[in-house]
Amino acid sequence: MNDTRSTRDRAFWTAGIVVVIVYALVPVAWIVSLSLKPAGEISQGGFLPKNPSFENYGNPFRGDTGVFQDGQFRAALVNSLSIAAIATLLAVALATFAAYAIVRLDFPGKVLIMSGALAIAMFPPVAIIGPLFNMWRSLGLFDTKLGLIIPYMTFTLPMAIWTLSAFFREIPWDLDKAARVDGATPFQAFRKVIAPLAAPGMFTSAILVFVFAWNDFLFATALTSTNKARTVPAAITFFTGSSQFDFPTGQIAAASVVVTIPIIVMILIFQRRIVAGLTSGAVKG
Amino acid sequence: MTATAGTTTAADAGSKSNAKKALSARAKAERKLGWMLCAPAVFVMLLVTAYPIIYAFWLSLQRYDLRFPDDQEFVGFKNYGAVLGNSLWWQDLTNTLVITGASVVVELILGFALAFVMHRVIFGRSVVRSSILVPYGIITVVAAFGWRFAFDPTTGFVNKLTGLDQSWFTEQWSSYVVIISTEVWKTTPFMSLLLLAGFTLVPQDVVDAARVDGATATQRLRKIIIPLMKPAILVAVLFRTLDAFRIFDTIYVQTRGAQNTESVSIIGYQTLISRLNLGLGSAVSVLIFLCVLIIAFLFVKGFGTSLAQQRGEAP
Repeated sequence: MNDTRSTRDRAFWTAGIVVVIVYALVPVAWIVSLSLKPAGEISQGGFLPKNPSFENYGNPFRGDTGVFQDGQFRAALVNSLSIAAIATLLAVALATFAAYAIVRLDFPGKVLIMSGALAIAMFPPVAIIGPLFNMWRSLGLFDTKLGLIIPYMTFTLPMAIWTLSAFFREIPWDLDKAARVDGATPFQAFRKVIAPLAAPGMFTSAILVFVFAWNDFLFATALTSTNKARTVPAAITFFTGSSQFDFPTGQIAAASVVVTIPIIVMILIFQRRIVAGLTSGAVKG
Repeated sequence: MTATAGTTTAADAGSKSNAKKALSARAKAERKLGWMLCAPAVFVMLLVTAYPIIYAFWLSLQRYDLRFPDDQEFVGFKNYGAVLGNSLWWQDLTNTLVITGASVVVELILGFALAFVMHRVIFGRSVVRSSILVPYGIITVVAAFGWRFAFDPTTGFVNKLTGLDQSWFTEQWSSYVVIISTEVWKTTPFMSLLLLAGFTLVPQDVVDAARVDGATATQRLRKIIIPLMKPAILVAVLFRTLDAFRIFDTIYVQTRGAQNTESVSIIGYQTLISRLNLGLGSAVSVLIFLCVLIIAFLFVKGFGTSLAQQRGEAP
C-alpha cells in the first residue's frame, strides 16, 4: 500500500516537473524555431521549421542579410553590453557602501534610507521620462550612453541595497577581528576574510541589476534617437527588414535569440544565487 | 582606526569626563562615516527620482509644447482638467486596471502552483528552478514579440494547434487575451519565487500533524498553509500589482494601443515623447504617480497589520 502511494506520488511530481518545464520553455523554443525558418517558410505557420537555416542570423559565407550584417543591430548589441555592464558596476559599488553602513554602523536616518529605497522600487518610471527627456536635452545627455546608465543605476539601487543588506546581515563580521588578533594586517583581514564572504551577495545583486538594465525598453526608447546609445530592446522594435514591404519576423526572432543567450547562460550558471537574491528581500523584508 | 585607539588610551589615562567625550567623538565619527557611505546612493536616487517628479509637477502647470517652445505659459491646473475631462484617460485607466487585475489574479494562482511544485520536488529541483528563471530573465520586448508571432494568424501556430480561426489583434477581448498571457508567462516566475520563500515559513511538521489528525488536502491548504503564508502572499501581490500597473513594453510591441488596449503608461509616453507636449504629458505622469501612491496606500492600509507582524517576526 505504501509502495503504490509512493509511486503515485512520484508520478504526480514528475508530471508537475514536466508541466513546469513545458510552460517555461515552449515560448522560448518557438522563438528559436521561428528564427531558423527561411524567408519562404515564415508565413506558412507551424511550430517547427521544415528546412532549418541560419539565414536570419546571417551566414557570412553566403552573403545573407541577417541580423549580424545589420549595422544597427551590431551597434545596439555593443551599446546594450557596455551600458548594462557600467550601470551594474556603479550600482553595486554605491549600494555596497550604503549597505555596509546600514548593517555595520550606527547613525540616524537608516530607516529613512531603507524606506525611501523601497518607495523608489515602486516608483513608476513613466512618471519621470518627460522631465528626464527635457533635462537630458539641456545637459547634453540625450542620446548618450551616460544618459541611460544614470536612470538604470538609480532604479536598481534600491533592489541592490536591500539585497546586499540582507546578505551582509548574515556575515560574521567578528572574523575580521579574529584574523587581526592572529596577526593579519587590516588589508589582509579584509582581502582574505571579509571579501570572500561579501562576494556572493555582491555578485547576486550584480546579476539582478544587469538583468534590469539589459531588459529595459522605456528609457531606451525615450532617451535615445540614433545608434549612438540605442540598446537592443529599442533597436528590435525599429527593425525595418531587408525590404520595406514585408515585416522582418525572421530577423526579429534571430535578434531575440541572440540577446536571450547571455541571459540563459547566466541563469544556468548562477541559478541558485538568483533565486536567493530575488527572495532575500522578501523574507527578511 | 589608529586615531580612535589613540584617543581611547588617552581617555583611559585621563578623567571620566574625558572618556565620555572620546566616546561621543567616536559615535560622531561613526555617524559621519555612515552618512558619507550612504551619501552617493542617496544623492543619485534623489537626483533621478525626487527632483524629476517635482519638475514634472512644475511642468504640468505650464502650457509647454516643445514644437512651440515660445508659447510657454503658466496655466495652473488646466492640463489636469484637460486630461481628466478626456474620456481617453478614463478608458486607458480602465484598460490598465483590467489588465493589472486579471494578470495578478492568474499569476497568484499559477504562481502558487509553481511554488508548490518547486517546494515539494526532491529530484530535478535545479532543472525546475533554472527553467522557471528563463521567463524572468528574458527581455520583455522579446517575450512580447514571441507571443505576438505565436498568435499571428499567418506566422503563428496557436490557430493551427487549437483549430481556431481567430485574428487575435483585431478585437479588444482577444488582444487582451494575448497581452495578459504574455504578462502572466513572463512574471509568474517572480511571483512563484516570492511565494516559495513564503512556503519555507510553513513548518512541515504542523502540516503533517494536521494530516495525521485527518485534515483533507483542501483543509490543510485553507486552514494552515495559506494563513501562515499570508505575509509572503501580500508582499508578492503588492509588488506585482504596482509592476503590472506600469505595463508598457508588451502593449507597445503587440498592439501599440490599437483596439482600445492602451494603458496609462502608453498614453503618457505618446503625449510626452511622440507628441512632445511636456505640459499635458507631465500632467499624465503626475496622475500615474498618484495612482501608484493610492494603490500602495490601499494595500498598506488594508493589510498593514499583517505586514508589520511579519516585520516583527523576521529578525
